[in-house]
Amino acid sequence: MTPRQTAYAVALVAALLLPLAVYPVFLMTLLCFALFACAFNLLFGFTNLLSFGHAAFFGWSAYVAGYVLASLGWSTGLGLVAGTAVGAALGLVIGALVIRHQGISFSMATLALSQMLYFFAERAPFTGGENGLQGVPRGSLFGLDLHSDMALYYVVLAIAVACYALIMRVVSSPFGHVLQAIKENEPRARSLGYEVDRYKLVAFVLSAALSGLAGAMKSVVLGFATLTDVHWATSGAVLLMVLVGGKGTLTGPVVGAVIMVWLDNRLVNFGNFLGRATSIDWFNQLGRSVTMVTGLIFIVCVLAFRGGVVGNIASHFLQRVRKSKPAPSRMEGAHADST
Amino acid sequence: MEIFGVPLEAISGQLLLGLVNGSFYAMLSLGLALIFGLLNVVNFAHGSFYMMGAFAAWIGLEYFGLNYWWMLLLGPLLVGVVGMILERSLLQWLYKLDHLYGMLLTFGVTLLLEGLFRSFYGVSGQRYAVPDLLSDSTDLGFIVLPDYRAWIVLSSLIVCLGTWFMIEKTQLGSSMRAGTENSRLVEAFGINVPLMRTLTFGFGAALAAFAGVLAAPVVQVSPLMGSNLIIVVFAVVVIGGMGSIMGSIVAGIGLGIVEGLTRAFYPPGSATVVFVVMAIVLLVRPAGLMGKS
Repeated sequence: MTPRQTAYAVALVAALLLPLAVYPVFLMTLLCFALFACAFNLLFGFTNLLSFGHAAFFGWSAYVAGYVLASLGWSTGLGLVAGTAVGAALGLVIGALVIRHQGISFSMATLALSQMLYFFAERAPFTGGENGLQGVPRGSLFGLDLHSDMALYYVVLAIAVACYALIMRVVSSPFGHVLQAIKENEPRARSLGYEVDRYKLVAFVLSAALSGLAGAMKSVVLGFATLTDVHWATSGAVLLMVLVGGKGTLTGPVVGAVIMVWLDNRLVNFGNFLGRATSIDWFNQLGRSVTMVTGLIFIVCVLAFRGGVVGNIASHFLQRVRKSKPAPSRMEGAHADST
Repeated sequence: MEIFGVPLEAISGQLLLGLVNGSFYAMLSLGLALIFGLLNVVNFAHGSFYMMGAFAAWIGLEYFGLNYWWMLLLGPLLVGVVGMILERSLLQWLYKLDHLYGMLLTFGVTLLLEGLFRSFYGVSGQRYAVPDLLSDSTDLGFIVLPDYRAWIVLSSLIVCLGTWFMIEKTQLGSSMRAGTENSRLVEAFGINVPLMRTLTFGFGAALAAFAGVLAAPVVQVSPLMGSNLIIVVFAVVVIGGMGSIMGSIVAGIGLGIVEGLTRAFYPPGSATVVFVVMAIVLLVRPAGLMGKS
């Protein structure tokens, strides 16, 4: 086994054993966001398209999956499929509108369109407006009762791992290589005869569909979908996960999701601790203003830590390997890029 | 008199409200266009500068007893300085990188500023009284015009056109425009481009703060007021064409009016109409109405 395969095997075993030690619902939320971040990274990291509107896919899929499960009585499996389909369909419509735009104007257009979908969600009769959509049943999948946290955890883990493998496969496929060519030098890719816009659109739809699946799973896990899921702050949150973890790496988004979800969970305690330690009352507010800390991390990441945890550590490690082995082959270099 | 079953008073009332909103859109998108033109940064923090302007007005009155007119002068100055500090300390390191990073950084700044104000003032809005001088209203026959609304429209028009004049017709403006086209060449002519960038960012921030002070008496002054507005303004910028000065002024006021009319004829659509217009513009003219394709 290569070191990489060993690492994946260890991670998988750890993921299988973790619910014995950690609250499964927390882990499931984490997995949903990890999948969301991986899907986002497919677009941002591997194609260099920064969508500022991915919450629209995540949130609308969460709503639709929640609605068909709670009100139409569909089975859980169908609900997840419906959520994915909604993500893909929205991705196709929004993608077709914005795909010709590049760089910043692409980001602004996706942000504005997702805000439109936010207002639709606020008004739509089935979303429950400010209260959100409550009471989504977990149901059962292939005869497996999902009401126990443990059962649901392993289902969510299986789906997340399958999606991760899919993304890994896409990135290393010929299609993935074309995406990389577009990322590195779009005019060049165009001049080589690739229909750049179509490749980008397919990547956009794929990313939106997987984000949709993540949203639908979140609905099933937590039993509700709210306006927060479609809000632009969620688009910012997933962007930060990818940035912190390492954009354009396979494992980065997962690491970023772990860090951010954990931080989100722990910040209240940390704030209270600082408040007690320094007796400055203001620190007790810290838990309530997660946005402030998020903003600070954003700034630090953009200024000093653009490779993210995985990117910066991996590149550091790589440099050491290069020093010890004077001439790495080109294949190794290519592998190392997709850590 | 009625048009399509909507009374004329209601239409002209919404039209006026649309004009007021359009003035804010115009001032904010103008600042965004200026900053984008010279710095190639989409300033996400523009909404925060607007919010800080409004808070400056409120804090000035609440803690220092400075009235509206003082804050209309001091607010933009203060926020302009904050903007210049931000540009010098954070933003200037990113010009050599992909333009996306500028947007990401200012996004982070927005979250930080918003969170900071939230930790002090909560999310509920503060009320700010209309200044005495402008608290009356004038009956124009077909509509009762509150003086303060007229003042918003008038002053924002003056500021927008003044800025346009400065950019298009003065020496300073011409070197700014040249810096937009080719900053290295302009630098070779002995113009201090980094200083110009700092001043431009400060000016854009001051413009947003001016809009914020103007808005303080007609909206709830809350930490969230900026980010809710900035996304609409982004849509306005996309519609008007990235970086086009006149485009952003015209698109801003035009979309305010379109929004007002929508509120009169089809109220539920008023929140989304700007985005629908943007989607249509994206389809028909991807470079925006006045942008260079």
